[in-house]
Amino acid sequence: MFPELNNLLNTTPDRAEQGKLTLLCDAKTDGSFLVHHFLSFYLKANCKVCFVALIQSFSHYNIVGQKLGVNLTMARERGQLVFLEGLKSAVDIFFQAQEKPHPLQFLREANAGNLKPLFEFVREALKPVDSGEAGWTYPVLLVDDLSVLLSLGLGAVAVLDFIHYCRATVCWELKGNVVVLVHDSGDVEDEENDILLNGLSHQSHLILRAEGLATGFCRDVHGQLRILWRRPSQSTSQRDQSLTYQYKIQDRSVSFFAKGMSPAVL
Amino acid sequence: MAAVATCGGDAGSAGSAVATGSKSNVTSFQRRGPRASGTNDSGPRLVSITGTRPSVRNGQLLVSTGLPALDQLLGGGLAVGTVLLIEEDKYNIYSSLLFKYFLAEGIVNGHTLLVASANEDPANILQELPAPLLDDNCKKEFDEDVYNHKTPESNIKMKIAWRYQLLPKMEIGPVSSSRFGHYYDASKRIPQELIEASKWHGFFLPEKISSTLKVEPCSLTHGYIKLLQFIQNIIYEEGFDGSNPQKKQKNILRIGIQNLGSPLWGDDICCTENGDSSHSLTKFLYVLRGLLRTSLSVCIITMPTHLIQNKAVIAHITNLSDIVVGLESFIGSERETNPLYKDYHGLIHIRQIPRLNNLVCDESDVKDLGFKLKRKLFTIEWVQDNYLRQERNIYPPGFSYLLKQKDSAWGEGSLQHSTFLMSFLAKATAFASRLVRHSEPLKQTGSGRICQAAGPRLWHDGRRQEAPGLLGIPP
Repeated sequence: MFPELNNLLNTTPDRAEQGKLTLLCDAKTDGSFLVHHFLSFYLKANCKVCFVALIQSFSHYNIVGQKLGVNLTMARERGQLVFLEGLKSAVDIFFQAQEKPHPLQFLREANAGNLKPLFEFVREALKPVDSGEAGWTYPVLLVDDLSVLLSLGLGAVAVLDFIHYCRATVCWELKGNVVVLVHDSGDVEDEENDILLNGLSHQSHLILRAEGLATGFCRDVHGQLRILWRRPSQSTSQRDQSLTYQYKIQDRSVSFFAKGMSPAVL
Repeated sequence: MAAVATCGGDAGSAGSAVATGSKSNVTSFQRRGPRASGTNDSGPRLVSITGTRPSVRNGQLLVSTGLPALDQLLGGGLAVGTVLLIEEDKYNIYSSLLFKYFLAEGIVNGHTLLVASANEDPANILQELPAPLLDDNCKKEFDEDVYNHKTPESNIKMKIAWRYQLLPKMEIGPVSSSRFGHYYDASKRIPQELIEASKWHGFFLPEKISSTLKVEPCSLTHGYIKLLQFIQNIIYEEGFDGSNPQKKQKNILRIGIQNLGSPLWGDDICCTENGDSSHSLTKFLYVLRGLLRTSLSVCIITMPTHLIQNKAVIAHITNLSDIVVGLESFIGSERETNPLYKDYHGLIHIRQIPRLNNLVCDESDVKDLGFKLKRKLFTIEWVQDNYLRQERNIYPPGFSYLLKQKDSAWGEGSLQHSTFLMSFLAKATAFASRLVRHSEPLKQTGSGRICQAAGPRLWHDGRRQEAPGLLGIPP
């Protein structure tokens, strides 16, 4: 986790909010550093994490996690982390006939399927175990990323249904958190992606949007992060609060600064 | 990623069976060293695979793409387990050349090849690979090629374009004789004995789907299913995924798939916008990447993305690939006559570089890259380098110039370069030429189209023919 981002979001692993849906979104840049941040954040907060990693392999997250101070292998061994590796499972599903339904069963189906097996997997992974083992604080679902599901043939409605079921179970029933990453296609006309993004933006409590700079590539400022808090539950709420920072990604951390205040410029 | 322990980065050793035989003294093929005898020991001996080296950033195993210039832009090479997607240029000239360089590099390094194509027999593709250049006779020929580009005053500080002095220069020739990437002569064919000594598998689509097998309806087209099964078969049987632990010498599998997505593969993604099999290609890429991640293989795919009707699909494909390089050739476009792109054959766009096992990636600072293909050398250069050579001819040093910035003449490129084009204030130069002392005229460089008359008389009589591109002085 990045301490500067924790300060910006006003959270620490000890006193993070529960029951929230966080949407991570990237446009014209790579927002995967946010996924690494939240993964290490919730592992340090002693939560039970179910990570659906569809785009990279386990060792990728493991190596980056070690730079951020968490050990994914050990977390998986002691049961804190349930890791679904999409790439490896796709090979298994495709080449071997499966007897029992696999979470990513839709890869084999000819017509657009649904994500019910995946939801069953998530619910199974995060349900509280009564045998009183090492008590994890609350469950967290992390998905990287949802746009892959769209490009593999699922409809935006199927993905929205899946998130709705997950929210109902994880956020409301189990008082946990859900964090998802969606790519924003920007000026490319992708209707399904826009439907998904708008639908999720409407439901989420916190939106973190990593954008590339409007003027193009820069060596010292890698992008701009927009943080948007939405509090739909409070009726007397202040307006949705929004902050914008620019960031530079380094080897082990990310540094944030106000717009135009990059150390390279000052 | 497949975790392979490597030692120091030495990439030169190859089996003696692959030696060229013609010039045996100074070649890039060395005899197998004493490491071979060490494989029988049971100790924790680190094994190095030929043709690979660890990345300096995160120790990941890299192979060469066959083009040292492209390796440099990709951060040292292509990581094992990743997919390199090449968006083809319009007439598929340079993308097939890159494809062939990749395969030729595999043969030279002794890797196993898997060539898949729907329109050309893999055996024919292998016959047309370029011949590798060996150390002794290539060095002096390179010097002839680069001679025209060397300016003797390349070390003189630039007065006008001084910001560009700070950017690193791109090397355009072989700098050392140690061979991670090799150079190829595009005009000669690869020697037959090299092909015969190499191990390769071919997948020619019309042969493979002639039999009608019963396959359950899946949303991948039949050709893709067969190709995936073929690849998985090779990986499993030859132990690239570590399933045969008794194999002594590990090797890399280089997969090359040509024109993926074209209608010859049975895919209609290039024909209609919302076809039946609109997700066939993305599913194929996903499963392929899953196969690559769990084995010691690397894949190059050329894809005619300019034919794909649905632009959102291109974004999906980019997200599902690791490295994406786009080629744009100038043949037939109006850029062919643009003086800025005078010596180049096209532009190369590095659209995506992966961040593997890392938060950061090795993105190059230069974004406007052009390539040119001489007979023996495929060079990639910053496009402004050409302009800067002309700049030294138009604005000779030793004069003071008053400059006015004009709008950029280039349609694209990043904003930081767009204010670069300048023109003279006509009157001021006439004064300046009388005030400034005449300096030594420059040697003739460049194409010779611009006459170098670096004396005050150039400006004095107001005739501007010697310096094209400038405003005319009123008499």
